[in-house]
Amino acid sequence: MKAAHPEVRRQRARAAVAGLAVVMGILALAFFRIQVVKGSAWALQSESNRLRVVQVPAPRGTIFDRYGRVIAENVPSFTVSLFPAALDSMQSSLERLGPILGLDSSRVQELMEQARADRRQPLVVLRNAEYEAVAALEELRANFPGVSVEMLPKRRYVGDAAVGHIMGYVGEVSGAELETPRFEGYEAGMVVGKDGLERQYEPQLQGVQGVRYVEVDAVGRMVGSFDREPAAAAVPGTDLHLTVDLELMEFIHRIFPSNYDGAVVLLNVADGGILALYSSPSYDPNAFVGGIDSALWEELNRDPRRPLFNRAVLGRYPPASTFKLATAAIALQLGVVDPQEVMPVPCTGTFRYGNVVKHCWWAPGHGYLDLAGAIANSCNVYFYQLGLRIGLERLVEEASGLGFGERCGVDLPFEARGVFPASLAYWPEQFGYMPFENEVLFMAIGQGPNDQTPLKMAQFYMAIARDGSAPAPHLASLEDGQEVAEAWSLDLSEESLAALREGLRQVTQTGGTAYRSTLEYWDIIGKTGTAQRGPQQPISHAWFIGLVGPWDAPPEVAVAVMVEEGASGSAMAAPIAAKAADFYLRRKYGIAVDTIQTLREHQEAGVPWRGRVRVP
Amino acid sequence: MAWYRRWARDPALVTLAFALSFFGIAMIFSAGVLNAPSPVTEDAWQRQFLWLILALAAFTVVTRVRSDWIEWLSVPAYLIAVVLLAATLAIGTGAGTAEGVGRWIQVGAFRFQPSEFAKVAAVLGLARLLSAREDSPRNLRDLLAPCALIAVPLALVVLQPDLGTALAFLGILFAALFWVGTPALFLFLLASPGLALILSFDVRVWSVYFVGLVGMVYALRYRLYLAESISVVFANLAAGTVALPLWNSLEQYQKNRLLVFLKPALDPRGAGWNLIQSKVAIGSGGLFGKGFTEGTQKRLDFLPEQHTDFIFGVVGEELGFVGVLAAIALFSVFLLRLVRLAERSPDPFAGLVLIGIFGTWLVHIFVNLGMTIGIVPITGIPLPFVSYGGTFLLTCWVMTGLSARLAGED
Repeated sequence: MKAAHPEVRRQRARAAVAGLAVVMGILALAFFRIQVVKGSAWALQSESNRLRVVQVPAPRGTIFDRYGRVIAENVPSFTVSLFPAALDSMQSSLERLGPILGLDSSRVQELMEQARADRRQPLVVLRNAEYEAVAALEELRANFPGVSVEMLPKRRYVGDAAVGHIMGYVGEVSGAELETPRFEGYEAGMVVGKDGLERQYEPQLQGVQGVRYVEVDAVGRMVGSFDREPAAAAVPGTDLHLTVDLELMEFIHRIFPSNYDGAVVLLNVADGGILALYSSPSYDPNAFVGGIDSALWEELNRDPRRPLFNRAVLGRYPPASTFKLATAAIALQLGVVDPQEVMPVPCTGTFRYGNVVKHCWWAPGHGYLDLAGAIANSCNVYFYQLGLRIGLERLVEEASGLGFGERCGVDLPFEARGVFPASLAYWPEQFGYMPFENEVLFMAIGQGPNDQTPLKMAQFYMAIARDGSAPAPHLASLEDGQEVAEAWSLDLSEESLAALREGLRQVTQTGGTAYRSTLEYWDIIGKTGTAQRGPQQPISHAWFIGLVGPWDAPPEVAVAVMVEEGASGSAMAAPIAAKAADFYLRRKYGIAVDTIQTLREHQEAGVPWRGRVRVP
Repeated sequence: MAWYRRWARDPALVTLAFALSFFGIAMIFSAGVLNAPSPVTEDAWQRQFLWLILALAAFTVVTRVRSDWIEWLSVPAYLIAVVLLAATLAIGTGAGTAEGVGRWIQVGAFRFQPSEFAKVAAVLGLARLLSAREDSPRNLRDLLAPCALIAVPLALVVLQPDLGTALAFLGILFAALFWVGTPALFLFLLASPGLALILSFDVRVWSVYFVGLVGMVYALRYRLYLAESISVVFANLAAGTVALPLWNSLEQYQKNRLLVFLKPALDPRGAGWNLIQSKVAIGSGGLFGKGFTEGTQKRLDFLPEQHTDFIFGVVGEELGFVGVLAAIALFSVFLLRLVRLAERSPDPFAGLVLIGIFGTWLVHIFVNLGMTIGIVPITGIPLPFVSYGGTFLLTCWVMTGLSARLAGED
């Protein structure tokens, strides 16, 4: 080709330059549009790209006992993690961390395998690291760029197993729970109350999670620091004050025979506050913190003694003789008996009603008895007659009115309803026949379809110590000015109530069944019960329910003790009740606590018994 | 600096090439600064530096070859390139970020991309063919030979498949045809089947276009031979009809790239990811950028292929619009210098080589920068001098050498 004329070349060059200018101009404009005009929007996108919101758990509210002692608190727990990096650099970091955190070479190998398996998440090197190790690590911070120490609040229960059943336990909220309305607004990974008070007062104890941002890369690996200040600080949960006496709970945990199952409830007569609520066997709620070991969980669930089962509020037992007080109270309320009145038929060991012959537990017979004597002797024959005077229908209706077929309304997430007929219709519904009038003979002495929780029985006895009214037992202390809410009330004169108490008093007097559980400083009155459970289970449940207070003063504590297969209410249950009440009251009145408390203990230890000692 | 002048032959062009190369190494270094470093990207800048030394050696050799030898060598070079491209289809391997496609030929420890060499050869071959002509093309038939010359390597590259490089071949063809004075109308008619192919994605748009084209051809019936008119119309018709089967014959990743170009949100974690993250990186750079090596999108590995095809994402994020403008200006000055040299050169072969190189690089720059911000579909095409890649840097410097050598002949 001939060389083009320079002028032609110039024209073509000019066209080429114009083309170049157009192309570069388009590019420059396009970059201007995305970087300058819309730059801020993309900058935002870039931030949200790399920052992930991480929730900062709020410390749960602290739980205090009635004297302000901490029962459940939060302690810092330190987790040492390593950010993902090149494997050889992680290996060298771990090897250098070893001496500080106490990792041996096999543990380092294990961790490296974890690191290889998951290259995205930070590698958790050590959970619950010792404070000293963390402090040492902080000093050498510059040497460990990829290492982070995260501080998380961790629940700690001071009373350990003594408080297991009332505290319940905490754990990570489950997927199923998140779908329930109770956990609306909760997020996966949050620690929530699973049982006991932790569950009952979850909304109050939880607090509000804080928010922190961490930097992540394209595959979601965390690369930023944990240690940054949170964008929004967590708001701790509200504290919870209980009516419970922590040391009393620990004392009961110590004295309750560990090879027996059962429950102990102590109520404050003044307001229905629960001083102690213990179920044996118990569990250590600390074991659940930070995820319970699956082997331990299996063990707790498989244990035939069912340690996770709170017998004080879920266990239902035939009340047996302890129910006679209810029969007596109902009779007095209906006016079918006078306290001083002696039943026409004396106890001869047997009682004939129509063609039915019923027995008293004391074969020689009690002879003629008044109300107090009948309670003191637990005379069946007296109560058969009392039952007949009340009549089955009225007994059932009145007892139902006292809540024997209901829950007490305690502030725990789970409470069993008592088993008790609400009306005569119960028999056809449950057993398929209309009851004969002689059913009242069973009902009057606490037999028949009648199973009660230890808490319910304690509540009933508390009403006798009060003016007949019964507040719902509660674990959380009443707020200032908060009225005691009455669940139900017996319509009894002070005279009648005194008669009932007098009957209970004789039980612990010389010759009474619980005489040897008498205390020096306190007037303990109460009723033993031995619940027979049929031919298949020859060993009876042992009850003692009583009222304790200073001499010649109204009772201050209602106590119920139930020992499964304890055989004897007086030998097994009454000493526990006496010792627990003594322990509580001594400390309340500033009297030195002693290990030798009951009359029987004095006799066995050869320590002189001083009889009635007045509170200074 | 007389030695530099002597060595470089065109100091302005070579200095610009140095500036671009070092800019590239700096950006490749920055691309390797990640929060979770990987050994592949961390040391890439050092390897690129070694390749630059090799490229300078190649440049020295090329600039010492007599220009008539270059002209003579263009025919065998072209033939060798075609053979190598054909061989690549049979024995090619994937590599690096383009693992899946066979673009490389492995000879012992040495691995190179024949398509890069083919670009140089195509520039030379086309320049040789067109400079042999007596005058400017007068009809479409005159365009047959140059088109065929480009079509052979282009088809072989498309089969690899490497659509980006194929576009670079088209850049060479149109730039060279323009430079020999092909009327704009012919260039349009030449491009029209391609246009028809794009427009055929909407039948109505294509129909309007086709009617317009037929009208235009009819209006120009005295300037075109009948056979030419028929060919143009038929080619457009064919392009419109084969569009669907052609679309179906595309690899899924190619379809996805085109689809997400129209709508990135279609597949944000998959094919749309590159585009979205690249836009986020560049957009968040703002006016002044986040600072050299400080790009968060890049550091956190959001930016894909950040040392190769998407290196400009790093530029946009870390240096901001100011840095982008500077880079565009640098490229513009470099390309302007090529045009200036072509204009000055009385030798038609030299002028055609220079303008061919201009054409291919203009396509590279436009497509590469355009795809990072979504104004051009994503095709794997590197940025001259800047993107990491040995063969490509070598090719850039060989082309610079050819330009400097042929420009010197005035």
